[in-house]
Amino acid sequence: MKHFYTSFYFHFDNMVAIVGYGAYVPRYRIKVEEIARMWGDDATSISRGLGINEKSVPAIDEDTATIAVEAARRAVKSAGIDAGEIGAIYVGSESHPYAVKPTATIVAEAIGATPYLTAADYEFACKAGTAGMQNCIALVKAGMIKYGMAIGADVAQAAPGDALEYTAAAGGAAYIIGKDGIATINETASFTTDTPDFWRREGQPYPGHGERFTGEPAYYRHITNAARLLMEKMGTKPSDYDYAIFHQPNGKFPRRVAKMLGFNDEQIKPGLLCPIIGNTYSGSAMLGLAATLDVAKAGDHIIMVSFGSGAGSDAFDITVTNAIESYPRQNIRKMIEKKEYVDYGLYMKYRGEI
Amino acid sequence: MMAVPRYWREIPARYNLIGKRCKICGNIYFPPRSICPVCRRKSVGQMEDYKLKGTGVVESYTVIHVPPPHFEGEEPYIMALIKLDEGTYVTGQIVECDEKEVHIGMRVRATFRKIMEDGEKGAIYYGYKFVKEE
Ligand SMILES: [Zn+2]
Repeated sequence: MKHFYTSFYFHFDNMVAIVGYGAYVPRYRIKVEEIARMWGDDATSISRGLGINEKSVPAIDEDTATIAVEAARRAVKSAGIDAGEIGAIYVGSESHPYAVKPTATIVAEAIGATPYLTAADYEFACKAGTAGMQNCIALVKAGMIKYGMAIGADVAQAAPGDALEYTAAAGGAAYIIGKDGIATINETASFTTDTPDFWRREGQPYPGHGERFTGEPAYYRHITNAARLLMEKMGTKPSDYDYAIFHQPNGKFPRRVAKMLGFNDEQIKPGLLCPIIGNTYSGSAMLGLAATLDVAKAGDHIIMVSFGSGAGSDAFDITVTNAIESYPRQNIRKMIEKKEYVDYGLYMKYRGEI
Repeated sequence: MMAVPRYWREIPARYNLIGKRCKICGNIYFPPRSICPVCRRKSVGQMEDYKLKGTGVVESYTVIHVPPPHFEGEEPYIMALIKLDEGTYVTGQIVECDEKEVHIGMRVRATFRKIMEDGEKGAIYYGYKFVKEE
């Protein structure tokens, strides 16, 4: 009996959950056809090959900081918490507006979380936001903070004419982590190696990549290993989950990695946003989780696995709680439907290229 | 171009539309004032921070075709005088709205955007702009 109580309280004290979430995707879109027309590519085969129809484009006055702020404000509003109680903010991105000067302080000020908090920017290609989530989980578990906020946001850059131009998009999601909330985070696991599949040197406007090298040794290897490690720790199997979210560099990779691991199309469907918004880099898996939480019910079991080139994956095991029923969900897919198409010329203007 | 110290001082107003409210007469001022022009000396020490909701209606507007320096590339854009729901007025840009679509009485809400960049090497200034309320 004594043992039971000890372990019960130990478990209770170490509870950690998603208290709130918010997402933001810019209003503008460019179709694959429009980019293909510019470069004389075959739109149909590209669209089918990448599993993507169109991607989001930031307005001329939007960047990672403004996207992070919009997502963060939605998270605070939905969670209904006092932003002054947020003790840590981490912003993960590979397109921070400044090389030196944190995005996290801009967010902290804009949501009214300053000055009593710690804050930092994270960088790890597309998984810097989930690294921030892990840090918030640890700080909450340690009792160092009441709430932590982790954001993944990007305005992805691709050289005009590069294959990445079809997918590089903009968007972000913010998560507030605390002791209890709408979804309990049961466990997290990571898999990390030094793999040069994708990079951008300091001062260079566009990334370089290892072409075909990006698939097997990078994306698939890291995601499958992190997912399997997590399921081993939890004692779960793919069929135990209602929903799964994998990083979405295009519409094809997440479908294939799901199949490799033993998940089906229905499990990944709600979170698969890449076909309609493109690859939002640090925002990708976190936006997918947000869209999944939008439709989830109490008791639903969710697995999310991010991927960042360079390379690493963070996996999360999540159970939705009863609190989801009264939580004012944002409906991310509805926000995404409010869109406006731009042509290639306007797209270049918004990107600051001309 | 704006001086960095001035921008820094104005961050609460620019990011979060934080103005001042006179505790004596209840008037709300934006941009913030340190003294109430109605209550004058009596208002000294009686001006408190007041966060505006950022929602309101377009009272008048103009379309800018020849922008001042640092705003090139955004033209044509809409500058509007907005009557906030608290009754105070604010001037701001309306984004993601066609010039054929904007009209007096249109409901708007504040959003967070990049206002300008001090060239390639300088600071980036952020603040409120407005979008249609949907
Ligand atoms: Zn007064």
